[in-house]
Amino acid sequence: MIEKKIISAEEAAGLVKDGDIVMLSGFMACGSPPDILDALHEKGTKGMTLVCNDTALYNPKTEVMTGVAPLVFDKQFKTIVTSHIGLNAETQRQMNAGETEVELVPQGTLAEQIRAGGAGLGGILTPTGVGTEVEEGKQVLEIDGKKFLLEKARKGDVALIKAGTADKAGNLIYDKSSRNFGPLMATACETVLVEVDKIVEIGELDPECVVTPGIFVDYLIQTKGVK
Amino acid sequence: MEYKPNKEIIVKRIARFFENGDLVNLGIGLPTQVGNYIPEDVTIILQSENGFVGLGPAPEAGKEDPMLINAGAQHVTLLPGGAYFDSAVSFGIIRGGHVDYTVLGVLQVDQNGNLANYMIPGKIVPGMGGAMDLTIGAKKVITATTHFEKNGSAKLKRACTLPLTAGNEVDYVVTDLGFFEVKDGKFILREYFAPYTVDYILSNTDADILVPEDCKEVIL
Repeated sequence: MIEKKIISAEEAAGLVKDGDIVMLSGFMACGSPPDILDALHEKGTKGMTLVCNDTALYNPKTEVMTGVAPLVFDKQFKTIVTSHIGLNAETQRQMNAGETEVELVPQGTLAEQIRAGGAGLGGILTPTGVGTEVEEGKQVLEIDGKKFLLEKARKGDVALIKAGTADKAGNLIYDKSSRNFGPLMATACETVLVEVDKIVEIGELDPECVVTPGIFVDYLIQTKGVK
Repeated sequence: MEYKPNKEIIVKRIARFFENGDLVNLGIGLPTQVGNYIPEDVTIILQSENGFVGLGPAPEAGKEDPMLINAGAQHVTLLPGGAYFDSAVSFGIIRGGHVDYTVLGVLQVDQNGNLANYMIPGKIVPGMGGAMDLTIGAKKVITATTHFEKNGSAKLKRACTLPLTAGNEVDYVVTDLGFFEVKDGKFILREYFAPYTVDYILSNTDADILVPEDCKEVIL
């Protein structure tokens, strides 16, 4: 089996270009790769589109930030596609001020759009959002008497993912609720960068328990961050 | 009679809905507290839409695992027999009709079962998260809310004026005044909670409320 290249977080950040569509795994930062985000923040890459479940935490009173919040704060994204920004006051401010374009997508729709993007589908039909503001500008199809929205598939340039254990072939096992969008985003992006707690030899993972097959993964990064 | 908000009564009543083996998703905030009042002889399975079933109680202090949080980003535990999955599986469970009940918060709910609970234009725009999927997907939608807004008007409406989370999906509304079923374009008052009376509810709620003969007073 071919071994994946193990690179530093800084090298990983160097693979993300200005203007890239970046898919970031994580739910309130649980499942986001901390070292890659730090390096990408440090590097100051601009004009990116972020696709992520949420924009993590920014509390203006305590100034506490988690996950992707420092990159949002420094306006590294021109567009943010997300289901929830309720705990990041800065994303809300930038959206209301027209400084950053924010597209709000129901969480299940976002997951399925990404899955479709990685699975070669043009889109999905979902009942979620029918009769709401989400329906605006979208095609509504009636199938066996029930209404569905046509939601187009999404693909990205780079996926930034956190996993628990990888073998050197890039096979991944996640860690509890940090799995969330990782397995989906790994299938939907040109370049897939995975920060992991632990890297083991090929053959050490039970093939029956692998969640993301290594064929989807391009580079591994050994995390320095506290788990 | 003076109204005093009482959130405990709401979650206590909702906790009595469930039967053994029901798969339940509790929304963020007040609905989460329902989990603390499940009767001892009933075992339900809780789903956390960020990716698992078998949601357990908060861990002991010092035993928090940053990789195990609920949808409200609080540290939780997994019960034996629980399972993790990705977000597509999680929302497949939700949209696919595998969740028996979801319990959701309310900004407005109307007599046609329309729910508005995710934004107030120009004021709060947090994003819908999983609320739209849960409202359309769960077999039964229970909404949990104090009966009145801060300005004194009932959150139960003839028609929602805020942007909808989903249309015609709400089955039950439980407030601190009573338990309503939503059916045929009306609220049906099934129970009213002491010390409030049917008259108090009717005269303080601008909506079509049917009071059937078997409507009963419940002390919680």
